Amino acid sequence: METVIALAIGIVFGAGIWLVLRPRTFQVLCGLMLMSYAVNLFIFAMGRLWVDRPPLTPAGKPVDPAALADPLPQALVLTAIVIGFATTALYLVVMIGARGLTGTDHVDGREPER
Amino acid sequence: MRAFEHLLLAPILLPLLCGAALAPLTQGWHRLKFGLGYASVLGQLAAALALVRMTDGGYWQDGIGVYLAANWAAPFGIALVADRLAALMLLLTALLGLAALHFAMRRWGRIGVHFHTLFQFLLMGINGAFLTHDLFNLFVFFEVMLAASYGLVLHGYNAERLRASLQYIAVNLAASLLFLLGAAVIYAAAGTLNMADLAARIQAMPAADLGLLRIGATALALAFLIKGAMWPLCFWLPTTYAAASPPVAAMLVLMTKVGTYAILRLALLWFPSGWGYDALLWGGMATIVFGAAGMLATDSAGRMAGYGAIVSSGTLLAVIGYGQPSLVAAGLFYLVGSTLAIAAFLLLAELVDRIRTPREAVLAVTMEAWAVEDKPDEPMGQGVPAAMATLALAFGACTLVIAGLPPLSGFVAKFSLFHALLERDPVPGAAWVLMALVLVSGLVSVMALMRFGVRTFWATRAAPPALHLSEVLPVVFLLGLTAVMSVQASPILAYLGRASEGIHRPGDYVERVLRHAPVPGPAQEEAP
Repeated sequence: METVIALAIGIVFGAGIWLVLRPRTFQVLCGLMLMSYAVNLFIFAMGRLWVDRPPLTPAGKPVDPAALADPLPQALVLTAIVIGFATTALYLVVMIGARGLTGTDHVDGREPER
Repeated sequence: MRAFEHLLLAPILLPLLCGAALAPLTQGWHRLKFGLGYASVLGQLAAALALVRMTDGGYWQDGIGVYLAANWAAPFGIALVADRLAALMLLLTALLGLAALHFAMRRWGRIGVHFHTLFQFLLMGINGAFLTHDLFNLFVFFEVMLAASYGLVLHGYNAERLRASLQYIAVNLAASLLFLLGAAVIYAAAGTLNMADLAARIQAMPAADLGLLRIGATALALAFLIKGAMWPLCFWLPTTYAAASPPVAAMLVLMTKVGTYAILRLALLWFPSGWGYDALLWGGMATIVFGAAGMLATDSAGRMAGYGAIVSSGTLLAVIGYGQPSLVAAGLFYLVGSTLAIAAFLLLAELVDRIRTPREAVLAVTMEAWAVEDKPDEPMGQGVPAAMATLALAFGACTLVIAGLPPLSGFVAKFSLFHALLERDPVPGAAWVLMALVLVSGLVSVMALMRFGVRTFWATRAAPPALHLSEVLPVVFLLGLTAVMSVQASPILAYLGRASEGIHRPGDYVERVLRHAPVPGPAQEEAP
């Protein structure tokens, strides 16, 4: 399971890097989103991978730490998703604004001279 | 818990509440908005002054004040920590915020909708980043700061700003992802995110486990260095500074220092043995070279200030990388002085631009759209135009500080840097290289700034620009602060020396933060 997850994160992040380096703003945006998905998965995986273990302690019963997943990365990833989502939305707005004002979707705001 | 301890929260809560209160007010209330924002910044200034006194005056043991948010004991909850360094940075933030806001009173605060709200949130993010002692909370405050800065860089919406902020946002989003990666790896390696707890665990960690942690720390450092503008991670900076509106650009200068602050704090706390310092030392020196070359190459005031900020960042990073407490104290003096001077220069740049290019015409369209009435002002004097003289004098003072010439604070800063560099016997080669670079960068900035000054003030026969007192005052205020710094250099350097010694004793932090007992609640007392 670890290998599959690691490969998946690596491929998504690699695709994100490639897209971020592209000259069109929409590609950059998609790249940033892919990278943030990969990072979110990565944070999640950093709490170790568990199957069938809840992150919450049952009320009234003695707590056995070995039977529970680490809840902290899950909380972190939730925060990271919210923040990443908001900033990406903002980037989208700026992108549309730039497209409208400069008339091109090139990241430099002008077409490269040929 | 004593009542004054709650003051530690003020630099975060004040701007948060004020910004939230300002958000629903429409632009028609701009006087009220400005007044509230100004009151909040004054409150932050008072809180910062009180914190400086409390950390340095023996109110807290070792000068470290700990505040457990929601009363959770340290490794589990989020701890806010104020020490001399954090208090100093808070004071610097409040002073710069005051000047930038005052500058924005007449013109910039009235163009666009949410300037004052975003400005308060920016202050909240910066203050929070200085105070927090939890790695993930630091990320959250960085994001608050960055989100506000994205909005502010766009403030005054034109094609140039959009283009610059498109790149600024993309770079910083990528940096935030690196921050998250670093924090996640560090959590995986050490199992905690509290900075003091991490410091304790890193000391106790077997060498075999350090590898993963160092990978995390490197990713984290990259994120901070993008903000702190180390070469080759600093290419976003000059364009952004030149494009942003002047009060915003002045605050951006401080934001690069937040990155440097995080590096300084975390490097000394986690790796007191010296791992990674060489990279900072040599990277910092490369940054000085890059910044100096950029200053020579550029012609616009905004970009020149941006490269000046890069030189200043490079010097600071090299100082941190050199790893000597007395040098860090001198470096902090340099940090405060150069931040004030570059911010003043950026504010001044807009006023100077009114001589050089008639950008008024462009601005006028925006002003009309927002219905800002702009009566043409009388020039401040007759005969020898006082407006020109004021600008030229202020420009000269900026040059003196940035280049490090006497009598202003830049000279004191560089002198104490050299003094500290020559302390070791024999003086290592890196110290000589660093001294040479600092000297050469000073010379280069004199050349670049003088060339700019001559072209602007002597070689033009333009009419003196219309200046408003509210725009000149902040510049004079910031430059006055650097003059105060050079007059009061001895007590300030003594304070910074204590601050530097404090951060070079990471053991104290660990002890104070982890041993800080939560306040016993009434429920606990009643429990059988």
